[in-house]
Amino acid sequence: MDLSLLLHDTLAIGPISLITLVGLVVLTIEALHNKTENINCWISLVGLAAALVLSLVQLPTTGTAFSDMIATGGYASFFSAVFAAAGLLTVMLSKSYIKKQSIEHGEYYAILLFAIVGMMLMAAATDLVTLFLGLELMSLSFYILAGFVRRRNESNEAALKYFLLGAFATGFLLYGIALLYGSAGTTHIPSIVGKAGMLASSTMFLIGCGLLLIGFAFKIAAVPFHMWVPDVYEGSPTTVSGFMSTGGKAAAFAAVLVVFAPALVRGVEPVRDVLAVIAALSMIVGNVIAIAQTSIKRMLAYSSIAHAGYILVGVIAANSYGAQGVLFYLVAYTMMNVGAFGILSYLESEDGKNVSFDDYRGLSASRPTLALLMGIFMFSLTGIPPFAGFFGKYYVFAGAVQAGYTWLAILGVLMSVISAYYYLRLVVLMYFSEREQDAPVIAVPTSGLGMAALVLSAIALLGFGIYPSVVLNFISHFF
Amino acid sequence: MTISLDLHMYLGLSAMLFCIGVAGVLTRRNVIVVFMCIELMLNSVNLSLAAFSSQLGDPTGQVLVFLVMAVAAAEAAVGLAIVIALFRNKQTVNINDINILKW
Amino acid sequence: MIDQYVPIGIMMVVAIVFGIVLANINKWIGPKRPSDEKLSTYESGMEPVKTARERFSIKFYMVAMLFIVFDIEIVFMYPWAVKFKELGLFGFVEMTVFILILVVGFVYVWRKGALKWD
Repeated sequence: MDLSLLLHDTLAIGPISLITLVGLVVLTIEALHNKTENINCWISLVGLAAALVLSLVQLPTTGTAFSDMIATGGYASFFSAVFAAAGLLTVMLSKSYIKKQSIEHGEYYAILLFAIVGMMLMAAATDLVTLFLGLELMSLSFYILAGFVRRRNESNEAALKYFLLGAFATGFLLYGIALLYGSAGTTHIPSIVGKAGMLASSTMFLIGCGLLLIGFAFKIAAVPFHMWVPDVYEGSPTTVSGFMSTGGKAAAFAAVLVVFAPALVRGVEPVRDVLAVIAALSMIVGNVIAIAQTSIKRMLAYSSIAHAGYILVGVIAANSYGAQGVLFYLVAYTMMNVGAFGILSYLESEDGKNVSFDDYRGLSASRPTLALLMGIFMFSLTGIPPFAGFFGKYYVFAGAVQAGYTWLAILGVLMSVISAYYYLRLVVLMYFSEREQDAPVIAVPTSGLGMAALVLSAIALLGFGIYPSVVLNFISHFF
Repeated sequence: MTISLDLHMYLGLSAMLFCIGVAGVLTRRNVIVVFMCIELMLNSVNLSLAAFSSQLGDPTGQVLVFLVMAVAAAEAAVGLAIVIALFRNKQTVNINDINILKW
Repeated sequence: MIDQYVPIGIMMVVAIVFGIVLANINKWIGPKRPSDEKLSTYESGMEPVKTARERFSIKFYMVAMLFIVFDIEIVFMYPWAVKFKELGLFGFVEMTVFILILVVGFVYVWRKGALKWD
């Protein structure tokens, strides 16, 4: 390997190199100057926008870099674009939010950028070593971000719970990697997937897959490894919860689709069965418990568990329909959940209040635009056309039916109907309910940047919903 | 693949250490001790990796051991920082007292 | 045959003499005015004998945290050192990038005052 190759490879993983560099620059500026929040925010925005453009430019290419450790172009670029977009929206929403919470430090942006680097590495990994590194980079950044409001007990507690359970899950994931390496004799993921049919009878391989599944199930927030989700999402800063639930989940699913690729899932029957049970449980538990919530933040956390279940259905289907459905679903979910958490962060008070269902009564009268946007996100989360959430569910369930998992598809549709109850309850409260007379009105400063992010995600939802082919054209040749 | 007796022993020890770590995480109530048990889990995996690596005659496993050590160090730093932040607010490191968020 | 070991023999003698001299040179040429305080066991400035169940200053945790993170990075230099010649300029550039990233972290820690004891 010589220097020109090094340069070539560094450029080939352009978005990753770029975001790393921007993160380091932000950190250096933060260290060398005082009062740098604004400049760091703008640098992050520009860097993420550039990474988004670069990812889209590299989308048609395909290849690998760094001795076949990282994939470039295609699938990896697609996910880089998703993470850059999610990061962009989150940074736009964060600027006024972290000011309101008095946590306006440049480190916030730096750690957010490093988390994005981790996600991109996970999606681009063609080797279990790279996958592990990406996963840890993302997780460590999230542990810090969850506890970013140091003075607030809830934030500390969220960070600690996330950290302990996350590190615990990392142990299982790593043991899984070790056993896979031992049984397959390599950490190169495509080689392992290629040997899957042959290895399916090896006990060590099956145990390895099982342990890996535990680790991943934790990261995608699937039952029975979901206990941390509500607490962490509720205690973390709201913009961070939004980012964790979308970017973090998308990254974990990107890795799941690489390791538990359609070929492996079809070839190793026990893995498929376990996945089916996890998916079914996630859909049931997430949706049923979400009904009982009084805080919207917590409701969204349980709904995030349910959505992990829906998306897993596409992984189990293990055909091109299902796999494309997973990617489309992740794009849609990113837009709608960043949006929903964005509105929560917009209306949240300084002490973390004003996020319950009752606080949103009669919102359409006081803040018509926000109510309309929240309505769009809720409709999309329910899966009602013409929003993008509908097509995500459609492709995932269609894939399941095609693969002979009709019972999962039926369960998924039934659970979507149940989910309509709590998503649409919020819409009803906003539009057809009066605000209680004695309820204190919380004055919220308007933020142009945050509003722009919300409107952008709503437009994207509508656009991808009406023209799903915009996304599908890109992803149709991946599987 | 034939597995030699030696590899069996290393893997057995590694599995035992891993289980001790898991049991510790599930039963202990002091955050720092829980954290030490997690480190035990990671290091038992390192033993497996090194054993596989020597069995297969392939250095990837050993490289992964290095990376795991570095990651575990970073994790330790982040974990300690979180525990310190928590302790400053609540004056406790007992998991049972850390319970504002539920349901 | 035996004369091949002469350099090693000389090396051994030099090492032993050097060790003995270094270990005792203080005793031979330094002035001695012993007092209670000076004769007590020295342990990094801490009271050597007392109850172990006490709380340490939080500053120790800070130093420990920083030490763990920066200390472990040395592990990546061992493989590089072993393969230094084969990797050549490529390895050097890679390692420079790695260390530059660490330097950013170090500058951050430094400027934020985490290295100050007081």
